[in-house]
Amino acid sequence: MSETTTAASRPVAAAPSPAADAPPRRLIISVRNFNFFYGNKQALQEINLDIPEKQVTAFIGPSGCGKTTLLRNFNRMNELIDGVRHTGDITLAGRSLWDPSLEVIALRRLVGMVFQKSNPFAKSIYENVVYSLRIAGVRDRTVLEETVERSLRGAALWDEVKDRLHESALGLSGGQMQRLCIARAIANRPKVLLMDEPCSALDPIATARVEQLISELKKDYTIVIVTHNMQQATRCSDHTGFFYLGQLVEFAETSKIFTRPSEKRTLDYVTGRFG
Amino acid sequence: MDNPLTHAADFFGDDHSESTKLMSRSLGSRILTALCIALSFAALIPLASILYLVVKNGLPQLDWEIFTQLPPAAGMTGGGLGNAVIGTLVMVGLGLALSAPPGILAAIYICEYEPNGRIAAATRFTAKLLTGIPSIICGVFAFAAVVLATGKFSALAGGVALAVLMLPTILLTSEQALLGVQRAYREASYGLGATRFQTIGRIVLPEAMPAIMTGVMLAVARAAGETAPLVFTALFSQFWMSSLMEPTASLSVLIYNFSTMPFEHQVKMAWTASLVLVFLVTATNITAQLVFSKKH
Repeated sequence: MSETTTAASRPVAAAPSPAADAPPRRLIISVRNFNFFYGNKQALQEINLDIPEKQVTAFIGPSGCGKTTLLRNFNRMNELIDGVRHTGDITLAGRSLWDPSLEVIALRRLVGMVFQKSNPFAKSIYENVVYSLRIAGVRDRTVLEETVERSLRGAALWDEVKDRLHESALGLSGGQMQRLCIARAIANRPKVLLMDEPCSALDPIATARVEQLISELKKDYTIVIVTHNMQQATRCSDHTGFFYLGQLVEFAETSKIFTRPSEKRTLDYVTGRFG
Repeated sequence: MDNPLTHAADFFGDDHSESTKLMSRSLGSRILTALCIALSFAALIPLASILYLVVKNGLPQLDWEIFTQLPPAAGMTGGGLGNAVIGTLVMVGLGLALSAPPGILAAIYICEYEPNGRIAAATRFTAKLLTGIPSIICGVFAFAAVVLATGKFSALAGGVALAVLMLPTILLTSEQALLGVQRAYREASYGLGATRFQTIGRIVLPEAMPAIMTGVMLAVARAAGETAPLVFTALFSQFWMSSLMEPTASLSVLIYNFSTMPFEHQVKMAWTASLVLVFLVTATNITAQLVFSKKH
């Protein structure tokens, strides 16, 4: 994709929300002829997909359809599993994720991740947020403190926890823990934020907060979210990809996927006829 | 049913055969619970009786002199266990220093680096085999490896024998401790751009530390009480120790020597030594639990 060859610039705050007829956005992630295998089992087949910058892209589909597998390739998390391999390529701002000069550590700093089950460390709230800075060797107190406030504000958690930053993160409620994980993920200013069913363990009120947060975060970050909840995809995403049996059946603007999809399988799924 | 209050009997199926069945079921459950409680107490009997005997026979002689004096010669009275206490502390400490670092590091390797590799499988197998080896064999090994090589019985040889004894326990319990750390923690750390080294050092090890320490303490407790590996490595000594390269007294060997002597005073000293040993092991155990327990 020629649009993606320029390096992504540092995210600038508050780009105006995209109107329906906004000019086409730059593409930040491009997936080309991508196949992925766990041992001998093929989990993804010939995926081709472009993810636009600073928008929310949702992946939907029944369990086992490959949506999480694809998401976990964007920061090469799948490589923690033995016996995986892929063919084809995925590029981030024009550069292959498997480019030997791009270290996986550096990639994961650019592409943050929020997991299905919130997983704060058994440390204080403060230490959770600054973890990525600590491992990068940042020691400057002002930088650390500024990051904690910015990240927690960014995750809409600051007002709830500002008086107990040094208490254990394990004392937070489920929804607060997940927002803490989001704060932790945005602490080192990634370009892309991957979210793997971030609300599946949350109650409706906590879910609403996280969804509201997602629409605020897309001013600064490109977000890719995997969800089982189709209402969630319609509420907070701009583009939606429907996966089925390891294939990308259809990828289009969210409104199109849910109102007039081109594929019958997509229509059957989004109208609840299967899955 | 017209009256909503009267249909409970219907609802719960209150006829006689059903309620008898329920009764017998809850009776069976009660009997089993009682049995469990009774057997738990039964399991405590040997433990409690050992403690009772040790305290009853050992406490009367316990005074400060016990820790400051050298053991009495055969047939003599007075004296203490000072050198044996020090010898036990030194040799268990030496054994710990020699076995804990390789044990924990090996556990990290087989758990975090190559869990399915051949080296991991071989290490795990060897460690399991070693846990089953009688402690006297560890003594024979240290005798051949250290005593014969250096030409003398020594605290070093005793420490090596205890280290061989402790190593497999430390390795296997550490591996279990590391396996017990949730995968989600590791993923979160890797997902934030941490290296494997950082993930292990900052997340996995702190999380596993209380469980690792429990394993280490088990190994220490066992080693502190072992006699067989020490009788022909450290031997015994009537004197204060002045270097690692000389025969050294230990509480366990002192108990073994004195308890078989035909002198009443020496037998009493053996009881006191047992009490001191039990106390030392308990005290280290509690300290370690306090220091390494989770602070959260």
